Formats: sequence, C-alpha cells, structure tokens
Amino acid sequence: MNSHSNLKRGRRLGITYSAPMGVWLTVFFLVPLGIIILYSFLKKGLYGGVEGEFSLVAYTQMLNPNFLRVFLRTLWVTVLSTFATILLALPCGYAMARSRHQLLWLGLVIIPFWTNSLIRIYAWIAILSSEGFLNETLKALGIIGESLQLIYNQGAVITVLVYMYIPFAILPLFTTIDKFDFQLLEAARDLGASKPESIFKVLVPNIRSGIVTAVIFTFIPIFGAYTVPLLVGGKDSYMIGNIIVDQVTKTRNWPLASAFSLVITLVSTVGVVWMLVSTANERSRNRSESKVADPTGGVV
Amino acid sequence: MRYRFEPSRLTATPKNTVGPYKTPKHQVFTDHRSFGFSNVMLVLVILFLFLPLFVVVLYSFNASKGMRWGGFSLEWYAKLLFDSDELWRAFGNSAIIAITSALVATLLGSLAAVGVKWYRFKSRNYIQVLSFLPMVLPEVIIGISMLIFFTAVKIPLGMFSIFVAHATFNLPFVFLLVSARLDEFDFSVIEAARDLGATERQTLMRVIIPSIMPGVMSGMLMAITMSLEDFVITFFVSGPGSTTLPLYVYSMIRYGVSPVINSLSLVLILSIMVLALVFRRFLKTIAASR
Repeated sequence: MNSHSNLKRGRRLGITYSAPMGVWLTVFFLVPLGIIILYSFLKKGLYGGVEGEFSLVAYTQMLNPNFLRVFLRTLWVTVLSTFATILLALPCGYAMARSRHQLLWLGLVIIPFWTNSLIRIYAWIAILSSEGFLNETLKALGIIGESLQLIYNQGAVITVLVYMYIPFAILPLFTTIDKFDFQLLEAARDLGASKPESIFKVLVPNIRSGIVTAVIFTFIPIFGAYTVPLLVGGKDSYMIGNIIVDQVTKTRNWPLASAFSLVITLVSTVGVVWMLVSTANERSRNRSESKVADPTGGVV
Repeated sequence: MRYRFEPSRLTATPKNTVGPYKTPKHQVFTDHRSFGFSNVMLVLVILFLFLPLFVVVLYSFNASKGMRWGGFSLEWYAKLLFDSDELWRAFGNSAIIAITSALVATLLGSLAAVGVKWYRFKSRNYIQVLSFLPMVLPEVIIGISMLIFFTAVKIPLGMFSIFVAHATFNLPFVFLLVSARLDEFDFSVIEAARDLGATERQTLMRVIIPSIMPGVMSGMLMAITMSLEDFVITFFVSGPGSTTLPLYVYSMIRYGVSPVINSLSLVLILSIMVLALVFRRFLKTIAASR
C-alpha cells in the first residue's frame, strides 16, 4: 500500500474532486437525517406533518407496552436470524475460498442475490402457502395428509430473512477468508493442533474483521426489515420497520416515526462503531505483536 | 509503434513474480475432500438459494392460475409479452432511473474516490465517514428521511425524487469500489509514464483511467442492479405516474397474485445470469464491496 507515501498534497484538487459527492450526500442524506431528529422533538400536525412546537410526546408514546413488545420481538428475531445466517455462511465462505472454481460459486451466490427481492419473497409465498409447492410436494409423497400452516408466522419470517441476507454474510466472509494464508493452518496441524483447534484458534481469529462485517451487514438490515414481515409474517410478526411505515402512511404520526427511526439509527451507529473499533484493534494488534504472525495462534 | 498500456500490470497480482514457491490455495492443507463438511454446506446453501427461483420458474409454465399443477403452458409468457403494457411501462421507468442514477453516482463517486485517495485536505475524514453511513443504515430509515425531506423542501414526489434517492444510496458503493481499486494502484507507473515522455493528459487517458476502469465499471454495474432492485426506498419517494418495476410487482403481490410474475421472474433471472457471465471478471471486486 504505497498510496500514503505518495499522497500528493494538492488541497484544491482534492476538494474539487470530492466536493460534488460531499455536497450531494450532505444535502440528500445528512440533512434528511437532521430533519428526522428535529421532527422527533416536534408536535404532530393534524393531517400529517408537524407543527413548530417543541414536544416530547413522540418519546413518551414510544414507551407504550405494545411498541416495547414489538421492539423486543424485533431484537429477538434479528439476533436469531443473524446468528443462523452467520453459522450457515461461515462454512460457505470457507469452501468458496478453498475452491478451484471461485468465480463459479460467486456467480451462484450473486445470481439469486441480484434477483428482485420482491420476486424472491413472492417465490417463498408460492413455496410455503397452504396449497404451495412444499405442502403439495409433501402431500404427493404421502408424508402429510392435510396442508401444514407454514406461512404467516414467525418461522416463515425467520426462514425468509435468513434466505434474503445469507449473501450479505457470505460475500465479506469469502473475501476475508480468500486473503487468509492457508499455510498457517498447515503449520498449526504440523505443530500438533487438531483440525477443529486449527480452525478455531488460527482461522477464526484471523478472519475476525470479516465476521464482524458479515454480522453488521446482516444485523442492521434485518433490524430494519419491512417487506419480509409484511408479506410472509402473521399478525404477531410485526417488526419496528412495519411500525415506522404505518406511522408514516396510515397514522400519519411523523414525530413518532422519526423517533423510532432515530432509535434504529442509533443502534446501527453503535454496530458500526463496534465494527470500526474491532477492525482497528486487529490492525494495531497485527502491527504491534510481531512482524510475522504466530502461525499456531497460540495453540502450542 | 504505440505502446499499448495494459491495466492488468498495475495490480499487485503475483502472477509472474519470482519468489518462494507457494502452493496454490486449493492444494494447501489436504482438507479438501469433495464431501468435507464445508463443501456439503456450500452445496446445500446454494440449493436453498436457488429453490425459490426454481419454484417460480416451474410455476411460470403452469396452465392453471393457482398453485396447483395444471399442465404445461406458455400462456403467462404470451401474457407477459403482449398483454402487460403497465408492467413494461414500469420497467421503462425503472430503466430510466437505473441508468441516470447510476451515471451520476459513478461520476461523483469515482471523482470523490480519486480526491480522497490521492490528496490530503481538511474535510477528507468528513467525506469518508459520510460515504460510509448510508450503506449501514436500514433502507426504511433512508426512505423515510428522504420522504420527509422532499415534503419539507416541497420537491414533488415522482421520477425526479426517485432518481435523487437512488443516486444517493448508490454513491457510497461506487465510492467504495473505486477506492478499493485505487488502493492497489502503483504510483511508480505514473512516474514511469512521465519519464518516458507522456504528457499529463496522456498519463491520465492512457495510464490512470484504464487502470481504475475495472473499479468504475463494477461500481456502475452494482449501482444499476441495486437501482433496478430497490423497493423499500422507492416505495416512499415515488409519486403518481412513477411506478417502477419493483413497485408494480409489489402491487401484483398485494392485490391478487398474478402468474405473470412467474414468467417475468424467468426473464429477470436469465438477464441476471447473462450479466453475471459477461461481468464475471468483476465478481470478486463486487463481492469485496459487501
């Protein structure tokens, strides 16, 4: 990485190049976020919108036990789906990085990933509904007599969430594992580590940043999920995303929607800071410990 | 004879370097039996990923309207091609927005990446943080904040607001992909080009631009696919007469299932396969941006 040693010190040119994007994102991303923060402290207008009067009503409304229940459920569903996603994605990323046909596997992960998300959700409706693919197949095989209720419940929401976000986890994991020097595993084995030991004490610590990135990129979008619980969930699968949208489109309570958005933004920010700190730590550890990484990772 | 510049030489791939012999990755550590745990998991997950695609494609050839199998038919393809004006109009809107927003995002994002990676200036950190945040906020938040913003500054909701929203959420990805490419850039080739008598302009056109082009291209590809795909943000910032394809599909799902979605799915899946095949060189770069 010699970009730093070669950094030119042209101030004007740097600003000229970066300013268009900086201005664009400030106006269309940062200012809207600021408006949300502002609106969350204002009074609700009669027909949507806000009135220019300071108020904490939105925040007291948030403490409504119904909302709290949805908040806890969202957290629970998010933790569970993220955990399942990472657990499934880790061996995939590993196998892909070790494969001779990396591009083929990447293509196979990316094709469903690029397919319109609504079409994929619709496909899941076609699979899980009472006369859907799965029920009909099981009936044809004589495994079940009556259709099972597979859709419009929590299980369906989690399954489809895991489905939607697995590629988000596989891609960063693949990228980090691909950079990992597999000879370190060989060395650990030579020095007497068992196979699981070499994986958990050598591979996993070395790809920590990839795991953190994968967690962030699944946890945050699932935490703000809207379409999946709406289309495959039942009455008891509502998540915060659905509440926010209802506040905007149905109840027209913009301050409350803003307050909820602020909460999600804060949760996301905490996640991102955690990610940045943990990758920064890793980098400084690698630098300070030794020039040559300990190939056994402390196994021996 | 004019020297033809090969961008591939700029990257740090150790293809032709002389050094200690390194075992190719797939041969290291004899743990790569075809039926090892991770390989089996990979195949299972890929099957899981393709199951829904397989099911919609299967149903697209179904003669009956419901989910029960009623024999083979091409009825829904005929309907998709000849009797779906509204759908194709929505597709047209999507295409216009995808192309314009991707162009703007690619231009602004690539320029900013060059600015941030090659120069030092005061607001450099601000730009870097700012380009990172939109990627890690849930779509619902971006959608709502933009809706409230457009309403507050009285920009009417429609094609223009969708274009602005899409360019905004695409910018960070282009910036990231081009930045990653610039990290690999070897500055000595610029000096070499200048030493060999190239003018500033020639260096830019024949050395710098060709070498960052893969990053720019994968950024643009990513931007186009994300724009075509987006439902949640578009849902908030669209207005009358600006229905995009995902919005149209959504209305079809919500208000009575139409088998035309199935036939549309196959068309979309096939185009994505072609896209992935054509741009297979960039797949690794795109994966790294996630």
